[in-house]
Amino acid sequence: MNVPADRKYTRSHEWAKQEGSLIVVGISDFAQESLGDVVFVETPEVGREVQAGEAVAVVESVKTASDIYAPVSGKVVEVNEALADEPELVNGDPYGVGWIFKLEPSNPAEFDALLGPDDYTKVIEEES
Amino acid sequence: MLEKMKRTPLYDEHQKLGGRMVDFAGWALPVQYTSITKEHLAVREAAGLFDVSHMGEFFVRGPQALAFLRWATLNDPAKLKVGRAQYSMLPNDRGGVVDDVYVYRTGEEEYLVVVNAANVAKDWAHLNRLAGDYAVELEDASDAWALMALQGPRAEGVLQTLTDTDLSQVRKNATLTLTVAGVPARIARTGYTGEDGFEIFTAPEDAPAVWRALVEAGATPAGLGARDTLRLEAGFPLYGHELTDETNPRCTPLAWVIKDKPHYGREALEAATCDERLAGMVMERGIPREGYPVLAGGERIGRVTSGTQSPVLKKGIALGWVRSALAEEGTELAVEVRGRALPARVVRPPFVPLGKK
Repeated sequence: MNVPADRKYTRSHEWAKQEGSLIVVGISDFAQESLGDVVFVETPEVGREVQAGEAVAVVESVKTASDIYAPVSGKVVEVNEALADEPELVNGDPYGVGWIFKLEPSNPAEFDALLGPDDYTKVIEEES
Repeated sequence: MLEKMKRTPLYDEHQKLGGRMVDFAGWALPVQYTSITKEHLAVREAAGLFDVSHMGEFFVRGPQALAFLRWATLNDPAKLKVGRAQYSMLPNDRGGVVDDVYVYRTGEEEYLVVVNAANVAKDWAHLNRLAGDYAVELEDASDAWALMALQGPRAEGVLQTLTDTDLSQVRKNATLTLTVAGVPARIARTGYTGEDGFEIFTAPEDAPAVWRALVEAGATPAGLGARDTLRLEAGFPLYGHELTDETNPRCTPLAWVIKDKPHYGREALEAATCDERLAGMVMERGIPREGYPVLAGGERIGRVTSGTQSPVLKKGIALGWVRSALAEEGTELAVEVRGRALPARVVRPPFVPLGKK
């Protein structure tokens, strides 16, 4: 299972990556594989203030609808508009063009507290 | 988790094909091998192959086999000649359904009843209780058979490469014994996908070789995920969702199954009024899911029993119970998706055109 070392992870299978002053959020390879074919992504409204752990987006596969949680607190500043027409980008490139939203973090310490790639690898080993 | 589950004779094949195994009614079965959408479309456009060995098989034999099944089922097995099959249901005495089943006449005084995996124990107890008054012998042959479903417009072509029997002469709902891939088998021209196809019964030890031969002949292995989206597109009910011990089949599009003859539970079935009806719904936006409320004018008037995004239509489709006056085709309703009421139009299933044979 692909777990890039250049970002942090959550137990609920989101990834968070620093991009300048922003945090980019998506779901892990393990998550997209578990969900199966993604057919719809409901992105949050730009400008929305969110708390770490709050359900802010929904990824729907053929079988089920799954909440996506904000890894850190902050303001949603951008969402991936491409997912409206091509939700399958989440399956094809979960760590790249399949990103879901970007946050302007309000508490940088929260990012540091997220799981590193090694700890996240242990989480998915326990679940699979 | 997988260790505690029952395994079908095709378990090793699923592993070799990389199937993602899940627990279905206590059985380890693949939900998908590659992608639910791809497997779904393979069945609609070519041929898909499912392991349905988990389903239960009961034989009913004896001079009163027909009389017993006429009492225990809602369709009329008196219409079945030897070698013919029909969809049916087992009624309870409360106006509900114990299970939906397929009844095959396999001999002059022998019938095969194929039941849902989740209901094997319940159906077995129920049928044995009813059988007390009849000169019949019941046999639970569930573990004696592997069962595969080969479904799709190319199913006949694929199976024909493995048998000398002329399959073009096998009609829909026909059943016969033959040789497939060199082993004895029973086939039926039946299925649960809305496509033409065959269900193939073999001895458990023969199943892996038949499975591999069908895959080599061009069938795409397909899992439970595609089986569910296919049956939903075809508008078929799934027991435990559309049909339960509490649901009256008279209030569903499957009321045609009920034939005018004496049967167990008839009074209760007929006494119930249909305050709600089972309806199909299509949504241009949003994906309906089981349990979502159905609304009319902001008021809750029903609930979704099964929903998904149709891989063929690329739209949300659902079956669900709605207040009878609002169940007419074309009625504009709404389904509540995460707090938002999104438009849903009542349609008559199937949601896609069914395959021919």
